[in-house]
Amino acid sequence: MASSVISSSPFLCKSAQKDLGFPKPSQISVHRCQKRAISRKIVSVMAPQRSSSATGSVKTGMTMTEKILAKAAEKSQVVPGDNIWVNVDVLMTHDVCGPGAFGIFKREFGEKAKVWDPEKIVVIPDHYIFTADKRANRNVDIMREHCREQNIKYFYDITDLGDFRANPDYKGVCHVALAQEGHCRPGEVLLGTDSHTCTAGAFGQFATGIGNTDAGFVLGTGKILLKVPPTMRFILDGEMPSYLQAKDLILQVSVLSLLQHLSPFTASELLTGPFGHKSEIIGEISVAGATYKTMEFSGTTIESLTMEERMTLCNMVVEAGGKNGVIPPDATTFNYVENRTSVPFEPVYSDGNASLYVELFLPLHVGLTYLLFSMFFQPHSPDNRALARECKDVKIDRVYIGSCTGGKTEDFMAAAKLFHAAGKQVKVPTFLVPATQKVWMDVYALPVPGAGGKTCAQIFKEAGCDTPTSPSCGACLGGPADTYARLNEPQVCVSTTNRNFPGRMGHKEGQIYLASPYTAAASALTGHVTDPREFLQ
Amino acid sequence: MASSLPTLPRALPSSSSKPSSPLVPFRSSSLKFTTPTPFIPSSISISSRGASFVIPRATPASHGSGSTETLAKTTFHGLCFVLKDNIDTDQIIPADKATIFPSNQQERDEIASYALSGLPDSHTTRFVVPGEIKSKYSIIIAGENFGCGSSREHAPVCLGAAGAKAVVAQTYARIFFRNSVATGEVFPLESEVRVCDECTTGDTVTIELRDSGGLLTNHTTGKQYKLKAIGDAGPVIDAGGIFAYARKVGMIPSPSVA
Repeated sequence: MASSVISSSPFLCKSAQKDLGFPKPSQISVHRCQKRAISRKIVSVMAPQRSSSATGSVKTGMTMTEKILAKAAEKSQVVPGDNIWVNVDVLMTHDVCGPGAFGIFKREFGEKAKVWDPEKIVVIPDHYIFTADKRANRNVDIMREHCREQNIKYFYDITDLGDFRANPDYKGVCHVALAQEGHCRPGEVLLGTDSHTCTAGAFGQFATGIGNTDAGFVLGTGKILLKVPPTMRFILDGEMPSYLQAKDLILQVSVLSLLQHLSPFTASELLTGPFGHKSEIIGEISVAGATYKTMEFSGTTIESLTMEERMTLCNMVVEAGGKNGVIPPDATTFNYVENRTSVPFEPVYSDGNASLYVELFLPLHVGLTYLLFSMFFQPHSPDNRALARECKDVKIDRVYIGSCTGGKTEDFMAAAKLFHAAGKQVKVPTFLVPATQKVWMDVYALPVPGAGGKTCAQIFKEAGCDTPTSPSCGACLGGPADTYARLNEPQVCVSTTNRNFPGRMGHKEGQIYLASPYTAAASALTGHVTDPREFLQ
Repeated sequence: MASSLPTLPRALPSSSSKPSSPLVPFRSSSLKFTTPTPFIPSSISISSRGASFVIPRATPASHGSGSTETLAKTTFHGLCFVLKDNIDTDQIIPADKATIFPSNQQERDEIASYALSGLPDSHTTRFVVPGEIKSKYSIIIAGENFGCGSSREHAPVCLGAAGAKAVVAQTYARIFFRNSVATGEVFPLESEVRVCDECTTGDTVTIELRDSGGLLTNHTTGKQYKLKAIGDAGPVIDAGGIFAYARKVGMIPSPSVA
């Protein structure tokens, strides 16, 4: 839909038009459509802060996010900047924030208050589970008590910490569990007490993270006061190279979104991949980050992604500052959702004449396997730029494959595929943390395509990886001191997780390189940061 | 408006969940405002709201005339602690401290002692000296994207518990900003220029808030900086937070004694 309009659009740069569908080596272009003095069909920028009443009775086109919020607010029209009361379809919480959220709910609505709808709340212990930390364990107990008292229908409980398989209800990582259990549906509003709740935007819904106090309010009312965000649209066209994954895409897009205060020169320095390919940035980068905005993804590349890959993409929208990420639902979405829930849903799509904050075209040329080097989020540090150029010489101490970002079934399949293709053993400890019980079972049961019937688990064992561990958030965010695979020493780790600020996985001087599962697996095999093309062709 | 907060019936968290320590209300009465705001200080809309807004003082001395008049101006004064860009929530409060449930004073003190303990060791000046609970710095000055990362409210909570009254950042991550106003722990203000490059940890500063924005004065350097108006957060803060605002606009009924 969007791509056909784009190709005939007069404001596309010539080079981009030529390149659509015809991969050209070594360049990825970003076209700022904002400042062209040509008539434009699609893009209008900087939606002014105006209230709905100012538009009178004439209906303006709305983006997907605006439509979802308008419907949830029972309004016919909203514009970015409107503050509206929105009905919530699903509220998710977990072991770390649940106690706080329920505490506030009781304080504000009364000790005997009942939640607005016990079937719309999903409680998923996942953060600090397999630990002897008494407080962490206490939090799960507290949630059990609240769920019992409130008759919460969906509580994925765990009582036997010694054997996760002895807990039939236990799922694991909340964002993956939400999808797997059919709680993610197009057109709905889903909130969670976790920053990566934006993952669910992959299903064509509005999904964002909130704090305990907001969650306490939702628990009592089923509503939340939200400001309608303007939409940044990213159109990714072209065939995905076989060694690139959604993680690479979002790392690239996040970088573009964050480059608000860097000169174009600095920006292109930062985008140098491990093998010296440079990204060209056409025009001045002055995208003011994705902060407070919707990141909407469309285009033929997006359409080719599986649901799990789309989840990875939307997962890291928050890292770019985005309020929510969203992908138009299609047959891929409907197949996934309808296999997991019978709750009816109503998909929603952006109008052709919707106002956008900015629209960026990213025709997929030969892409970069993208690595976010350690301490990336301090872009003024000269060290970071040097590291980018010399990535392939960086020696690593360990590899971590897990989390809502990179611990899903397909993520493990990808890593296994690379290990199998390489036929070698890992040179560094390689930790595998399946996101959920289901992922863990898939790792042990599903044959990896092209591997002669071998499962992921078999391939991992042959490659010398650690045994896949109990499913949870694990060491993505460090966790209590006894958390499996926690970075307790100042080591270098390539990880499929989502953040690498100082101390993220434990030790403050630990260095974390965020990467795709392919890149993580390739790096495990060499003991250095490695482009997966070394092993995949 | 500020003083109306304590009159709202409060249900305390169930004491059965923590038999070993006495519970106090999640927020002590010395805290500012209690509720979330969905509004954000957009860099687009920096014009004055026109309406005065309530900024209850964090110190007990400023409380308690019992009147419901709004304050058109309030002041923060103290030493500042200067940070740069992209201070994420794990630096503000390491993730493994998230098991602390700051609903009782003992755990609140504990989380306060860890405020900003996640900063790399290159930050030789600690926000809270090991062994202490409170910081000697009451104002935090930061660069871009302050509070990025997690949605955990432990981040603004630990800062407020450690004695921080306000943050002056160039920009905020949205969840952190929202949580700051929701919990009432720290007042999130936005500067117009890169104040963090012109202040040094330990400088004495004063912040004066007015309807149309604010003014930050660095007494050590003698420089002054304009602060942006709170913008859309105004009506919610005016009302006393999201719960009070919701009751005021009739979205939720007035609380009945449970």
